[in-house]
Amino acid sequence: MIRVDEKGFYGKFGGAYIPEMLHPNIEELRENYEKIIATEDFQKEFRALLKDYVGRPTPLYFASRLSEKHGAKIYLKREDLCHTGAHKVNNTVGQIILAKKLGKKRIIAETGAGQHGVATATVCALMGMECTVYMGALDIQRQRPNVERMKILGAKVVAATSGSQTLKDATNEAMRQWINNPVDTHYIIGSVVGPHPYPEMVARFQSVISEEIKWQLKEKEGTENPDLVIACVGGGSNAAGAFYHYYNTSQVRLVAAEAAGLGVNSGKSAATTALGTPGILHGSKTLLMQTEDGQVVEPHSISAGLDYPGIGPVHAHLFDIGRAEFVAVEDEDAMKAGIELSRLEGIIPAIETAHALHALNMIEYKKDDIIVINLSGRGDKDLDTYIKWGGY
Amino acid sequence: MNRIDHLFDRKKERVLSIYFTAGFPDLEDTLPIMQAIEDAGADIIEVGVPYSDPIADGPTIQESNMIALNNGMSLKKLFDQLKDMRKKVSLPVVLMGYLNPIIQYGMEEFCKKCQELGIDGLIVPDLPMQQYIDEYKEMFDRYGLRNTFLISPQTSEKRIKEIDDYSNGFIYMVSAHAITGAKSGISNEQIAYFERVKSMELKNPRLIGFGISDAETFSTASQYSNGAIIGSAFIKIIKNSKDLKNDIKSYIQSVIK
Repeated sequence: MIRVDEKGFYGKFGGAYIPEMLHPNIEELRENYEKIIATEDFQKEFRALLKDYVGRPTPLYFASRLSEKHGAKIYLKREDLCHTGAHKVNNTVGQIILAKKLGKKRIIAETGAGQHGVATATVCALMGMECTVYMGALDIQRQRPNVERMKILGAKVVAATSGSQTLKDATNEAMRQWINNPVDTHYIIGSVVGPHPYPEMVARFQSVISEEIKWQLKEKEGTENPDLVIACVGGGSNAAGAFYHYYNTSQVRLVAAEAAGLGVNSGKSAATTALGTPGILHGSKTLLMQTEDGQVVEPHSISAGLDYPGIGPVHAHLFDIGRAEFVAVEDEDAMKAGIELSRLEGIIPAIETAHALHALNMIEYKKDDIIVINLSGRGDKDLDTYIKWGGY
Repeated sequence: MNRIDHLFDRKKERVLSIYFTAGFPDLEDTLPIMQAIEDAGADIIEVGVPYSDPIADGPTIQESNMIALNNGMSLKKLFDQLKDMRKKVSLPVVLMGYLNPIIQYGMEEFCKKCQELGIDGLIVPDLPMQQYIDEYKEMFDRYGLRNTFLISPQTSEKRIKEIDDYSNGFIYMVSAHAITGAKSGISNEQIAYFERVKSMELKNPRLIGFGISDAETFSTASQYSNGAIIGSAFIKIIKNSKDLKNDIKSYIQSVIK
């Protein structure tokens, strides 16, 4: 069985390695979140917002031309059609209702590609809450449209200027600000990372993805279970959502696409399971790209959302026990796969998502296999990168 | 006898602990800075082990960590530098560092090495109490290392009592809701917190840290505890110093005057 234990571990990975200053916040969350999200009150509000505000259920779309090209029955789970353009909003809707019920007044968040930042700024506008988003200075440059969107939505965007100036550093900065404002502030973590209970809580809010895949596939194919589910993994929130209800269904192959950057062994990569060793980052024990001395290595990926040196503890566990297959997709191949989907299906995917699409070229499957690819986000934010890359 | 225990046996007031980052400003400054701190009249030396992602630290200490790492500092290098430390330094020495570099070195090897070099205690800000009790307490005790936990204004009375039970050496009272170096001066709200903890009559000595920078804040903190810890303010002094020995001496003496 794949599930989190009482102390917040998935097998060897997880836990809550946090400074004592954060202990009261994490305890408050741990003690209350399950109780709150189990209430009818919460579920009613959460479900209503997912339906009418986010636009769920998102379609499960049979991609006939992509299927023909790759020789399988390929379905796309259209998370790109969620309000704000990616799956991230499923989690921010859940956490903002939770924050309100905990009596919090301010929201902070980290963001990489800006999708989580936009999704957080959006729900803060919706609920009338003050919002500050920490974003790596490098990411602010390469995801400019999302920075502007957050500002239009009324959020304050603060540049993280330490380290590699990407997602890892934005997360450090958000944690520091939470230490500075522990009483009235809730920290909406955007991925299945961080100290327990965040990884499980975020996965549960995202699990609506696989919940829908099951009944949608049943309608279309007469079975709840595809042969494969493919998703990209940075921290791993969309993958956790797409895998969640299949964790313990062993006949469904789970495939996670990491970012290999310029190549796994190029020194410019973010392929955590390929390069990582067990360590502690952002409050949990997980696989981590690090030096022999335990210093965190600065990752590289063309996609800001996958540019992270760690991985959610649940994914470290899925890798460790061999439940999921991990492939490492290079920048160039991801870009080509993004263009391919644009040309075959008229859907421009986020560059993060494009990594999952290229996984089709890296794994074995049979001609009549049913494959669900989680199309986690749309590519509007990446037009600059697509244009500069120019391979079309 | 452990030097921390010995210190608090004979000195109960105005204990001054100085934090600095190993390998900063220059790689080979570590030991000379320790000697200068001792010569200037401080009571405890806290040597920071630099880490790439110090989430409890503000910009000043973050920057010193980055510079030290760029200078080539590592735990191995630090242990090399401290090889003959006890020929030159007699004060209690505490290593302060995040958990990941320590577990990559190997916790048992690390503790053994600390004992061998004459290190008296550890502060590991991201090692939670439960993990310490479950996994490491027996090891720390076996190698004669005192373990210091942090408490903050948010820490409940129940938890402070638990921390007091499982601590030895001293308790590190974080003065405010803050990362290091975030605020200066001491507010009435903070004083209420200091008094509340003082009235709990804990078994361990208490040192107040975060926001202590000069004679005034040191004296105020010392009224409510056994003394205080200075970190960021000291890092700023050594960052631009052209004469480490004298600048350290005049700064520390201005604090304890």
